[in-house]
Amino acid sequence: MWADRLATLPVIVIGIWAVLLTVVDLYIPSQRKGVTAALAAVGLIIGLVTNALGSGTAQTAYFGMAVVDGFSSFLNVIFLVSGLLGIALAYGYLHRQNIAHSEYYPLLLFSISGMMLMGMAADLIMVFIALELLSIPLYVMAGFHRDRLDSEEAALKYFLLGAFAGGFVVYGIALAYGASGSTRIAAILSAVQSGNASPVLLTIGAALILVGLGFKVAAVPFHMWTPDVYQGAPSSVTAFMAVGAKAAGFAALLRVFLLAFPTLSDQLVPLLWALAALTMIVGNVVAIAQNNIKRLLAYSSIAHAGYILMAAVNLGQTRLMTESAAAVLFYLFAYLLTNFGAWAVVITLEGQEGRGLDLSDYAGLGKSHPALAAAMTVFMLSLIGVPPTMGFLGKFYLFRAVLEGGFVGLALIGVLTSLVSAYYYLRVVIVMYMQEGEPLVNRDALLRWSAGLTAVAIIALSLFATPLFQWASQATLYAVK
Amino acid sequence: MDSIFHPLTLVTFLPLVGVVIILFLREEQKEIIRWVALGVSLVTFVVSLVVLAQFQPGNPDLQLVIRRVWIQVAGWDIAYHLGVDGLSILLVLLTTFLTPISILSTWTAIEERVKEFMIFFLLLEVGMVGVFLALDLFLFYIFWEFTLVPMYFLIGIWGGPRRMYAAIKFFLYTMAGSILMLLAILWLGIQGGTFSLPELVAQNNIPANTQLWLFLAFAAAFAIKVPMWPLHSWLPDAHVEAPTAGSVILAGVLLKMGTYGFLRFNLALFPQAAVQLAPIIAVLAVIGILYGAAVSFPQQDVKKLVAYSSVSHLGFVMLGLFALNPQGIQGGILQMINHGISTGALFLVVGMIYERRHTRDMDAFGGLWKIMPIYGALTLIVALSSMGLPGLNGFVGEFTILLGAWEAGQSGGSLGSYFYAGFAAIGVILAAIYMLTMFQKLFLGPVDKEENRTLKDLNWREIVTLVPLIVLIFWIGLYPKPFFSLMAPAVDKLVGNLALSIAALP
Repeated sequence: MWADRLATLPVIVIGIWAVLLTVVDLYIPSQRKGVTAALAAVGLIIGLVTNALGSGTAQTAYFGMAVVDGFSSFLNVIFLVSGLLGIALAYGYLHRQNIAHSEYYPLLLFSISGMMLMGMAADLIMVFIALELLSIPLYVMAGFHRDRLDSEEAALKYFLLGAFAGGFVVYGIALAYGASGSTRIAAILSAVQSGNASPVLLTIGAALILVGLGFKVAAVPFHMWTPDVYQGAPSSVTAFMAVGAKAAGFAALLRVFLLAFPTLSDQLVPLLWALAALTMIVGNVVAIAQNNIKRLLAYSSIAHAGYILMAAVNLGQTRLMTESAAAVLFYLFAYLLTNFGAWAVVITLEGQEGRGLDLSDYAGLGKSHPALAAAMTVFMLSLIGVPPTMGFLGKFYLFRAVLEGGFVGLALIGVLTSLVSAYYYLRVVIVMYMQEGEPLVNRDALLRWSAGLTAVAIIALSLFATPLFQWASQATLYAVK
Repeated sequence: MDSIFHPLTLVTFLPLVGVVIILFLREEQKEIIRWVALGVSLVTFVVSLVVLAQFQPGNPDLQLVIRRVWIQVAGWDIAYHLGVDGLSILLVLLTTFLTPISILSTWTAIEERVKEFMIFFLLLEVGMVGVFLALDLFLFYIFWEFTLVPMYFLIGIWGGPRRMYAAIKFFLYTMAGSILMLLAILWLGIQGGTFSLPELVAQNNIPANTQLWLFLAFAAAFAIKVPMWPLHSWLPDAHVEAPTAGSVILAGVLLKMGTYGFLRFNLALFPQAAVQLAPIIAVLAVIGILYGAAVSFPQQDVKKLVAYSSVSHLGFVMLGLFALNPQGIQGGILQMINHGISTGALFLVVGMIYERRHTRDMDAFGGLWKIMPIYGALTLIVALSSMGLPGLNGFVGEFTILLGAWEAGQSGGSLGSYFYAGFAAIGVILAAIYMLTMFQKLFLGPVDKEENRTLKDLNWREIVTLVPLIVLIFWIGLYPKPFFSLMAPAVDKLVGNLALSIAALP
């Protein structure tokens, strides 16, 4: 029992820290709420340290409900770092928007603990619990701008569609349970292999789980909520949602599908193929028409979900399982840095009442704030996938996995849609450098540091990528016996 | 340390030193920034001469090779792998030679945001030299894509009225081709287990059918860059809108990246596909020669005329390369250099008059010879070299290409028909027509525009910019042997490999 707790220490730390922070916050005077933010960051750093000190050997915990392996500890880093960046982006922003309620930080921690659980879930029930744990705080955070209608709308939309998606997942779990007699991923697999599971029921169950997780990662056609929610929610929440919630969704998707349903590949692969292709095409094509930077990044995040989904198409090809998972992890890491950097710039320019969010508000940034504009250029190039950036290496690794799986057509759709994406990402660059204007820029040291450091990291890590590649390729999914 | 001070590393990355220095200078220190950029690019040129001195002309193989493991990813070693041989040495020299000349040409033309301009320009040089030296496909792709970014900014910030349109068109067109190449590179990596070009060439085990697809994927990237007809439509826009120095580098070097790509990758990696597709590519090349020349003729904008003439000249290069015999390929390589020199000089000349009059409309000029005799004389030499007058460089290149194409037209040759050489020869005549018409409209006749009477002739800086190019025009025209002897062994080796593949064809 103690070994289980030790193995899952990072998530325990974050969970307890969140509870304590909620209480401690009550005793912090209202003019010194910065302390709450700092304490939350300390909690995340402790989480990172305990995660790094983990034994490194894969093991199950809590009677097979959870599994701790390289995959989950890589994801923990992604979640914890996105929490840290989320705090850095939120702190000044919440003050400027007059919504500096300090519940924000405990909610963030609760959500992160849900994400971390999601990465460890070895049982479908666990997937569901983690899904709710990560989502409910996000619903609240999306509506953090209480007195603004679009924020309320975002929260309600996110909540309703999230609940709906949760229903799909539960129904899928029920069917999978009915088909195989267990909710354990390992038990489902062995039931399938021994021929005791009803394949029809299981396929329907898997498809329903896919729909539910598709909502979470914003895959087309389950993406309709994304633009409105991303636009309406406070920008710091959107940035966090776009990385953390997406990564968690993919974590569950990969673990459940690659480990539990490899035998259903005949039925599921065409489904995943179509889902990935649609997501890439719709996300990128619709993004062209956007003039609001938040909506543009929302569609861009849909498109990137499509790229990541490509790796799941290797379902059933056991020899490629490790590499596909590694490619997804690497891509998520690249996306983490790039996306947070881009949002840091967006928040730097965002004014009151949703001002400063149009593309035209970026005119002249290249002249008035060269460093900020250069950082934004790096982020846009990384989102396109132009070397030398992490975004390029991420795409490179993903496309390699897809090509090795033999899906040349899908890879072709992938590269052609990245070409489309170049158009709208470059529009941002064009406006910054090639149009005249006087952009209004907030003075916020945390944001500048976040943007600067992520930009440098995106280039530096792409030039010296070996450790990251090795780390990702060792972050294998542990197949529980 | 030896890898840092390796001559090829130095010649590639030395411009970065300039970038770093300029980053620490203030925007107002324009003069210092210009001198730093010029100085660093001149030092880079000197280093490239050191490379030339260490280069053994008689050796057909890759030389000065440096190879270090760079990125390890799940069973693949991506290497920092550079090397030079007869196919690339001249192009490296062309790049390091044209860069300082271009920087010198911006002395008074670029007054706005000089700091950023020079940073982008030096970054561009890194990318270009890297493209010509990289022997690892992954590394090559990184340099290849990287050149897009600075050029995009050069056009988009310092360009003409439609600069944003031109910049994004340039970026998207080029990227459209290169992403297909990326997939092909990945495919090669998966099959061969390495990205090293020499190793992949040595494996030589790609089935003919697959070769065809891979050839086309690489060709998509290169044909857009060259640009081959009918993929050329980005070129006139980019050239017309780009600042003078940008046009010089775009025409002088960036287009050569496309032809070089065909030479280095398509011919070496997919010889059978190259032999199979040679007639088709030659047809496109000949169409490009005639189309480019025909469209050049009615242009009113001098810069557009020069841009379309590039389509025509690069058609010659492509025809030469896909003659697949020593004359054709040697002529093709020499013509790459010639085009870089002549068209680079033409763009400089156009830029000089544009700086004085702020128009490039041919009807706005006339009789300039009387007012600007030095300018007229230098322009005449450049125009004559571009149209291929014997004794100047263009003639040597085009004549060798036509010889190669003629030989390839014999039965058993790669083209199998004399029509290619025949139609291409018409392009030489057309070039004379449009070039001389342009010269006539600009320089001859009466001075009938009042604004032109007060134009100043070239100053010392402008003369210094053009003279090195003029010297090379005569040198290659009168005594091309040193240039041919640099490339001949490598070309013979390449053709030898191709011949084996031709023999293997059913």
